[in-house]
Amino acid sequence: MSEMTQTAAKPRIERSATASRTYMIFVIIGLAVLILAPMFFYPIFLMKLLCFALFACAFNLLLGYTGLLSFGHATFFGGAAYFTAHVVKEWGFPPELGILTGVVGAAMLGLIMGFFAIRRQGIYFAMITLALSQMFFFFCLQAEFTEGEDGIQSVPRGHLFGFIDLNISTNMYYFVLGVFLIGMVIIWRFINSPFGMILRSIRENEPRAISLGYSVARYKLGAFVMSAALAGLAGGLKALVFQFATLTDVAWQMSGEVILMTLLGGIGTLIGPIFGAGLVVTLQNYLATSQFPVTIVTGVIFMVCVLVFRRGIIGEFYASRLGRKLGFEHRR
Amino acid sequence: MAPLLQVSNLNAWYGESHVLHGVDMTVGEGETITILGRNGVGKTTTLRTIVGIIRERKGEIRFAGKDMANVPLHRTAHNGIGFVPEERGIFSTLTVEENLMLPPVVAEGGMSLEEIYELFPNLLERRASPGTKLSGGEQQMLAIARILRTGVKLLILDEPTEGLAPVIVQRIGEVLKTLKDRGMTVLLVEQNFRFASRVADRFYLMDHGRMVADFPVGELPGKMDMLHKVLGV
Amino acid sequence: MTMIFGIPLQAFLGQLLIGLINGSFYALLSLGLAVIFGLLRVINFAHGAQYMLGAFAAMLMLEYFGINYWVALILGPIVVGLFGAIIERTMLSRLYDLDPLYGLLFTFGLALTIEGTFRYLYGAAGQPYSVPAQLAGGTNLGFMFLPIYRGWVVVVSLVACIGTWLLIEKTKLGAYLRAATENPVLVQAFGVNVPVLLTLTYGLGAALAAFAGVLAAPIYQVSPLMGSNIIIVVFAVVVVGGMGSIMGAILTGYMLGIAEGLTKVFYPEASNIVIFVIMAIVLLLRPAGLFGRDA
Repeated sequence: MSEMTQTAAKPRIERSATASRTYMIFVIIGLAVLILAPMFFYPIFLMKLLCFALFACAFNLLLGYTGLLSFGHATFFGGAAYFTAHVVKEWGFPPELGILTGVVGAAMLGLIMGFFAIRRQGIYFAMITLALSQMFFFFCLQAEFTEGEDGIQSVPRGHLFGFIDLNISTNMYYFVLGVFLIGMVIIWRFINSPFGMILRSIRENEPRAISLGYSVARYKLGAFVMSAALAGLAGGLKALVFQFATLTDVAWQMSGEVILMTLLGGIGTLIGPIFGAGLVVTLQNYLATSQFPVTIVTGVIFMVCVLVFRRGIIGEFYASRLGRKLGFEHRR
Repeated sequence: MAPLLQVSNLNAWYGESHVLHGVDMTVGEGETITILGRNGVGKTTTLRTIVGIIRERKGEIRFAGKDMANVPLHRTAHNGIGFVPEERGIFSTLTVEENLMLPPVVAEGGMSLEEIYELFPNLLERRASPGTKLSGGEQQMLAIARILRTGVKLLILDEPTEGLAPVIVQRIGEVLKTLKDRGMTVLLVEQNFRFASRVADRFYLMDHGRMVADFPVGELPGKMDMLHKVLGV
Repeated sequence: MTMIFGIPLQAFLGQLLIGLINGSFYALLSLGLAVIFGLLRVINFAHGAQYMLGAFAAMLMLEYFGINYWVALILGPIVVGLFGAIIERTMLSRLYDLDPLYGLLFTFGLALTIEGTFRYLYGAAGQPYSVPAQLAGGTNLGFMFLPIYRGWVVVVSLVACIGTWLLIEKTKLGAYLRAATENPVLVQAFGVNVPVLLTLTYGLGAALAAFAGVLAAPIYQVSPLMGSNIIIVVFAVVVVGGMGSIMGAILTGYMLGIAEGLTKVFYPEASNIVIFVIMAIVLLLRPAGLFGRDA
C-alpha cells in the first residue's frame, strides 16, 4: 500500500526551510483569498466548495497518510448530514450542537465500519467499506427519520451561539470558513503528531511497525474514526449550508466523488484535496446547466488520472521543476 | 566454432542499483560451465539477465549467433534457452504431470514424456500429486525434467543442489552427466564446489558483479588457494 | 394448501426459486471477478457495467438487426469480451506494476463512463426484453409453478459455471492460467506469452459478465443502472467466499442467493441487506472468507 503514496510529496515537516517559507506564503495567500472571496463569488458555491474540500481532506487522512482506500465515506458525510438535519429541525438544536451531533454520529459509524473493514487489507478493505456503506444506504432508504426519497428538507440554520443569525449569507460563509479552518488545523496537527507519525510508518512498512510492537489494527481504527468524524464535520456543515439532507449524500457515487477529488488534487498532500474538490465542484456546477452528463466526465477523469496523473495537481506541482526549485521534494 | 552463448560487457540494474559491471563470458556448445562466487556477487543476476527476466541491461548477449537484446521474455525459450530458477518454481495448483507438461515444446530434440519418466521414475509414481507435495529433491528433479521436454539447447540452472541431501545431489550430478552425453549445453551457478568440480568443464569466478577468473576443470587443483581466498571456503 | 414454516408452500418455493436465480447471477458474476482477480490481481469494478452491456447488446441487436436471443447469447459476450480485451491491452495493462488499488480505481472510472454513457442515451428507466418464444410459459410441477425461462436460467448458468471451472482446472489453457497466477515471470520464461494470456483472461471475464447480462435481460428490465446495483452485492459475495478458488466463488454465489431468497420469505425488510450482514459475520469469524486461501 505504500506504493500508492510513494507518488505523494514528502510530509511537510521534512521539508527544507525554503519550502516551508514558500508553503507559509501560499497558505497566507490562500487565507486571504478565502476571506475576500464572497465579494467576488456566489457564497453558496463557495460554501459548497469548502464543505467538500474538508470532506476530501478528511478522506485523504485515511488514504494518503494511512494508506487505506475507503469506498464508503459517503456514509459518514451523508450520515452526519442526516443526524445534524434531524436534531436541528426536529429537536431544535442550535447549529453548533447540531454539527457536533453529526460529528459524533459519524465517528460512531466510523467505529463500526472500521471495526469490520480493518480485518482485511487493501482490495478487500475497499470492498468491505463499499458493501457496508451500501447497507447504510438501504437503511437510510427505509428508515423513518430520513424520510426516504425526499430526504430531510427545510433544515433551519438557526443562530450560532444563540445570537449570530446564520440565515445571513455573510455570517454563514464566515462560519463555514471558520469550521473549515478548524478542521484543517486539526488534520494538520494530527498528521504531525506522534500518532500521525506511527500511521505513516504503518503505511510505509506495516510488518516493520508490527515487529516494533505497535498495535497496528488499533492505529488504523483510530485513523478511520478520525477520518470519519472529520468527514462528518463536513457533512453536518453541508446540511446547514444547503438546508437539506438526502439519499444522494449517502450513495456510493458520493464515495466515488470524494476519491476523485483526492486523487485529482494529490493523494498524501495536505492541500491537494482542496484543489481537487474545487475543481470537481466547479466542474459539476458548470455541467449542471448543460446537457452533458457529469458521470461520464467523472469516469473519464478518473481513468485519465489513474493512467497518467496519479500524483494529482499538487503532487505534480511538487515534483515539477518549479516545485523542486521552491524546495519541495518528491519521492521516487 | 563460435560459442553457443556469448556475453560481452553485460551491465544490469535492479532499479537504481548497478549490479552487473561488465560481465564477459562464453559457453561453447556441449560444454558444462559453472559460475562460482560468494553470495550477493551477481551470479543469479547474471543468469536472470541472460534469460531476459531482468530487462534493465546493457551489453551484448548473443545466443546461437542471434542478438538477444530485443527478444521479449516470452520468446527466450523459443530461441532455445531453458531456465530452472533457484526457487525451482513448481506450481502448487498443478499436478506433477501438469507441471511437467507446462513448458511448451519449442524445438525438436527434446525428450519424450516416456524418456523423462525413465530417467526420473519417482516422477512417474507421483504424477498425479500436486507439484508441491514432492520433497525438495523431487521438486528439483521435476524442475529440470520439465525443461528437458522442450528441446532447448542451453539449460541454465541456478543452484540446483541447494538444500538437498547428498544422495539427491549425486543423482542430479548423474542427470547432468547424462544430459552432457546427449549434447546438452549447461550453464550453472553453484555454491557446492565439490559437486561443480565433478560436472563442469570450465569455471568462471565472479566477484563484485564481474568475472575475475576463468579456467578449465584441469587447472582446478592449482587454483584452490585463490578460490579459498575469494570464496572463503 | 400445504404450509411450511408457517408459509404457504407455493410462496416458499417461489421465493426459493427467485433466490436460486439471483444466486445464479451472483455465481456467474463472482466467478468472472475471481477469474480476473486471480490472474490480473485487479478487482474489475466495471464487471457490473459489462453485465449491463450484455443485456443492452441483446436488446439492441434485436432492435436494430433483428438478431434473436439465441444468437445474442453468443454474440453479446463476444462483442463485450472484445471490448474488454481492447481496454485491457491499451490501458489496464499499464497498471499491473502499481498498487492493485489503482486497478480498482481505473475500472471504477470505466464503470462510471460506461454507465454514464448509457444513462445519457437511454435514461435511467428500464426497457423490456421479451422472453424468447421457445422458453415462454411455464409448467405446473404440482408443488409449484415453474416458469420455463427461470428454469432455463438456472440450468444454463450452472452449465456455464461448470464449463468455466472445467476450462480452468482441466485444460492446458487453464493450466497456463493457473501457473501464470502463481508465477507469471517463470511461465513467460518457459515461452508462454503471458501478456496475451492476461488480455484473454480479462476478455473472458467480461464475456462471462455479458453472458449473465443476456440471461438477465428477459427477467429484469434492461436498465443502465442494473450493473451498479448488482456489482456491490457481488463484491460482498466475493468477500464472503474469498477469491482463492473458482469453485468457492460459484458455491458462495448460489448460497447467498438462496439466503437472500429465504430472507425475503421470512423477513422481507432485511432482504436487500442480508448479504451484507452475512459478510459482516463472516468477517468476524473467518476473515479470509469461507473458501479463501489468503488472509
